[in-house]
Formats: sequence, C-alpha cells, structure tokens
Amino acid sequence: MTINATQGRLIVRTLAITIGVLLLVAPFLFPAVRSLEVAARICVFIALVASYDLLIGYTGIVSFAHTLFFGLGAYGCAIGLKQMGPSWDSVLVGGAIGVLVAILLAFLIGLLSLRVKAIFFAMVTLAVASVAMVLANQFSGYTGGEDGLTYRVPELFKTATKVMTDESGRVIKVLGVKLNGKLAAYYFVFSVCLLLFLLMLRLTISPLGRVLFSIRENELRAEAIGYRVVAYRTFVFSFAAAIAAIVGVVYAIWLKYTGPETSLSLTIMIDILLMVVIGGMGTLWGAVLGATVLVLAQYYLRDVMSAGVSLTADLPILPIILNPDHWLLWLGLVFILLVYSFPAGLAGTLIYRQEGD
Amino acid sequence: MMQQLSTKIGKLGGVYWLPVVVALIAFVLIKVPSTWATLTVAGLAMGMMIFLMASGLSLVFGLMDVLNFGHSAFVSFGAFIAASVLVGLSSWLSSDNTLLNMVALLLAISAAVMFGALAGWFFERVIVRPVYGDHLRQILITMGALIVAEQIVLVIWGGSPMSVPRPRMLEGALIWGDFSVEKYRIFAVILGVLAYVGLYLVLNLTRVGLLIRAGVESRDMVETLGFRIDRLFISVFAVGSALAAMGGAMWAGYQTLISPALGQEMMIIVFIVVIIGGLGSIQGTLLGALMVGLMGNYVAFLAPKLALASSMILMVIILLWRPNGLKPALK
Repeated sequence: MTINATQGRLIVRTLAITIGVLLLVAPFLFPAVRSLEVAARICVFIALVASYDLLIGYTGIVSFAHTLFFGLGAYGCAIGLKQMGPSWDSVLVGGAIGVLVAILLAFLIGLLSLRVKAIFFAMVTLAVASVAMVLANQFSGYTGGEDGLTYRVPELFKTATKVMTDESGRVIKVLGVKLNGKLAAYYFVFSVCLLLFLLMLRLTISPLGRVLFSIRENELRAEAIGYRVVAYRTFVFSFAAAIAAIVGVVYAIWLKYTGPETSLSLTIMIDILLMVVIGGMGTLWGAVLGATVLVLAQYYLRDVMSAGVSLTADLPILPIILNPDHWLLWLGLVFILLVYSFPAGLAGTLIYRQEGD
Repeated sequence: MMQQLSTKIGKLGGVYWLPVVVALIAFVLIKVPSTWATLTVAGLAMGMMIFLMASGLSLVFGLMDVLNFGHSAFVSFGAFIAASVLVGLSSWLSSDNTLLNMVALLLAISAAVMFGALAGWFFERVIVRPVYGDHLRQILITMGALIVAEQIVLVIWGGSPMSVPRPRMLEGALIWGDFSVEKYRIFAVILGVLAYVGLYLVLNLTRVGLLIRAGVESRDMVETLGFRIDRLFISVFAVGSALAAMGGAMWAGYQTLISPALGQEMMIIVFIVVIIGGLGSIQGTLLGALMVGLMGNYVAFLAPKLALASSMILMVIILLWRPNGLKPALK
C-alpha cells in the first residue's frame, strides 16, 4: 500500500487525536491508580516534548537545557507550596517566579550564545543544565537536595476531597469512578497541557512559525530577506522555556513531589530527546505519538523485562542483560538505531516518505 | 593608546598569560605563600589531567567538525580499566620495589590507552562515520552512544564506588618547610606536560602533523591534493580517545575512589574547558584546562560554596568577552 503525504498527515493526526480522546476518558476507561499516573505523565510529556520540538524540529536549535526550565517551574511551585503552605496563592507565586526565572535565563543564554554554531550552543546548554543540577543538590535547604521536596497541594486536588457529593454527603461515582480530588487534579493536568499544545500548534501555523522554518532551512537566506535570526531564535528559545516551566509547575502539583530525578536530571532530557526522535522532529503531532509510545514503554516494558529475567534465570548472561535496571542500555541502542534508520520518526516517516520521490 | 597596549600584550603572548594572571590574583587574595604554592601545584595537576581528557575532543572537532558527546565514555572506561588493573596488581603496588611499582602503573595506564585507541577506532567506524556533516544527527547519535557506554560501565563494574590503590612510590607528599605537594600530583603534571610536548612536536614538526593542521584549516583542500583524509580522521580519533582514556586512568589514581558518575562529571568539565579554550586548537585546550584547574582549586579554598559554580562563571565571562573561546582554530 502506498500512502501519499496528505494521507500520511491524516493518519498521524487521526492517531494523535485518538490518543487525545483516550487521555480525556482515561480515568473512566482505566480506573487503576497506576494507569492514571501513566496518563498524567503522557499529558505532561506531550506538552514538554512539543515545546522541545519547537526548538529542535522547527527552528533547528539543539538545547540540552530543557529540563532546566522544566525543573525551574517545578521547583518554583514546589518551594512555594513548601514555604507558604498549600494554597493557590503559593502555586501562583512560586510558579510565576519559576516561569519568570526560566524566561530570563533562557533570554540570557539565548543572547549570549545563539549567535554561535549549533554544536557550540548544545555544549553551553549542557554545561549550564549540569551545573544547575549540581546547584539544586547543593542548596538542599531550599530544594531538599537529592531527596527532593514533598509538600501538600491545594485542597481541591487532595485524594480525600469530595468534588461532588450526593445528598448523604458521599462522593458521587460516575461509571464506578469516584469524583474525588485525584480526578480533579488529572483534569487540571490534562486541560493545561491541551491548552499549551493548542497554543503551540497555533504558533507553528502563524507567519512567525514560517519564519522559524525558514531559519532552520537556511539561516543566511532568512537573515538576507531581513529577519533578525538571533532575535527570532532568542524569542523561540524563551517561549519554549516558558512552556516547559509551566508544564513543570503542573507536574509538580500532580506528583506532590519534586526532586532532581523527576525534573532536573539528564535522564529526563534523554527521555525528551527519545520522544522527539521517536515521534518525529518538526511535527508537533509527532510529539503526541513519541511521548505516548515511550511513556507506555517505560511503564510496561519493565514488567516484561522482569518477567524475562525470571524466565531466563538459569541461562548465563541473559538475566543480567534483561535486568530492568539496565533498561536505559536498551533505550540507548534503540535510540541510535532510530536516528540511523528513521531520522524522521514515526510521524515524519508517515508524512514525508512519498515526498522525496 | 589602548590599541598599542593590546597589540603589545598580543605580541608578548596575549591570552596565554591568563593562567599566570589568575595565579597572581589568587596569591594576593590567599596571602599565605605555602598554601598558595600547594594550591597552585594541585591546580596545575588537575589542569593537566583535564587537558589529557579534553585535547582529543578538541582535535577531533577541529579536524572533522564532529563534536563527540560520547567522548567522556572513554574517560570512564579508561578510569575503570586502569582501576581494575591496579586492583589486580595490588601486591606489586604495595611492594617496596620501585620497579614493580612502576611496571604495575605503566601496565594500568597502557591498558587504558590501548582500550581507548581501539574503542575510538570502533566508535569512529560504527557510530560517527555514517553521520559526517550532519550536526543534528551527530549530537543525537553520540549522545545515544554515551548512554549505552555508561550503562555498559554500570553492567560491568556495578553502581557502587570502587577504590583505587596507588603505587607505593607515589603515596604521600614531598615537604619543604611549610610547602607540601602530593607526589601523585607531580607525576600527573609531568605526564601531562609530556603528552602536550608530544602532541606539539607531532603537530608542528612531522608531515602527519602538517597534514592534520592543514586539514583543520581546510579539509577540502587537503583532499583535493590527493591525501586520504579519512585515514587521518580515524587515527586522530583513536589518538584522541586514547588520550581521554589516559586522562581517565590518571584521574582514577588521583581520586582514589571512583564511581560510574565520573563520566558525566568529567564531561561537563571537559566541555567547559573546550568552550573556554576554543574548539580545535591544542594550545587553547591547554589554556582552558589550566584556567579551570587553577580556578577550581583557588575558589575551593577561598569560597568553598562557589567551587562548583566557578568554572561556570569563568565560562560565562569568557564567552561574553570572546564568543568563540580564547584561541579557536582558524575556520
């Protein structure tokens, strides 16, 4: 079967929208606590990966500081909630400070080093992000160091909160699912991520999005036509940083915990990279596919791997290789193979396969 | 007036005096000469080891326009291989016989270097070759290779820290009055200087070095003149990786306790050094490494809280002043 680009695009969008709809009804379809965790993580990562795709896919900027901005939002919110108690004010104040610092930092990094070659920029951002991670561990008075912070979230999102009650004061169940604070929190995550995603989608089809494309394709020509490349790059870098920080705030509220491993670590950055590459760079729809595939794999492949360990326990070497702790090894190999053979990713392969011919 | 002054400074060596300036400022701030001297030697030793790790990265970039994000994998492998050899030969290390000490140490370092060269060769063939000229995929692929390599280190040596025995003859410190230097640091400085001199001589006095320098400046031209630049590439890559492994081996002995996180820590330092020094030049890398080593030790003494941020701040200042680093190769 041959598919042309329009059909390919249609398939990708249908898939992405199906995922969106599934995420919308996820709490009712898969009521288990773990599946809700998975669904929320997918939402968060879709928005995060899409914002990263604005940089790497649309503008051609390779940054390793994306988790830094994500982490700034998360830590801002977490420190706010920890210091000022569980209220909406602290979420707003802490989150706003986190997002503003992220924007400011992105602006500075952008001005400082977006003039130089892509590869140089990648190094600078990697260095900045790593130092930030070390600093977060050092200032343990505020950030909780390696243990991170646990805190209480606003009343509405507590699992014990009854969002809707019947006459007798018991929480109402719809399709067997309690309408409690956990559900409210999930829909909060879902709607913020959806809004951010739509905002980014709007950006990419705007004239501004076209300029970003042109910078990726031919920087010199874009400059020659009269667009100030550095200004546009700095703008999109700060914009993506702001989105990442907002997503960080949302994730901090959902998890009720913020630590280096959930927000700042290089592992998250690698996850984001993997998702962008799996989904396909340069299409925001691809981010939806990439994030979904990888998060599902992260949660459920480990189970498969541990099953594999117990099955092959008597054989040499295999149990060591299949050990779920070494799961990153396999991800790395898959990543390399993907970059070699499907540089366009899932979405890109579906959409552009025919265009080259 | 200013113009004249700056050309004059340029003639006298220009930015090469920066480490000296840093050392002098530190002398004023620290005030105690013996402490200052100890810190300076420590800084130089650290700088030379970082130079070993960073020089390969910089050369590879200069010649092939490839930035290998997986470079620090060679450092970790070098460190762990040398550590394993040293542990295996620990009876030789603890003997009073200086010769046995020496042989064990040499065996450890050369095992690391051999592995580095082989792994570099493999890396260039399998990982980097298919993506020459495509920066985005280079960054992604070498990053993926780094993940895989670090996981392999974890699989082989486990996650817990490993203690590294030092040869007996390099234990302890030399003491003159108030001033004391660890012997290992002197050894590190000597080895680093030897490597630098070796590289300098090869690059500046031999025919291969001439080709490499020409290749850094204009790869197409060298190719047009009929030289097989791909062979040059692979040998430079292997030498660079071997140097990184050697740096890692030295680092293992210096730290005496190494953990798999070492690769990532060193990667950041190496990157900062290469950014400060300017990509592609050996002199620039040496300059950057010495600056980072000295700054790191002085700041750790003067303001321990700032120690980690110091190289970062240094990088920002230098990037503001010279966006391409202090001594970038001509491009």
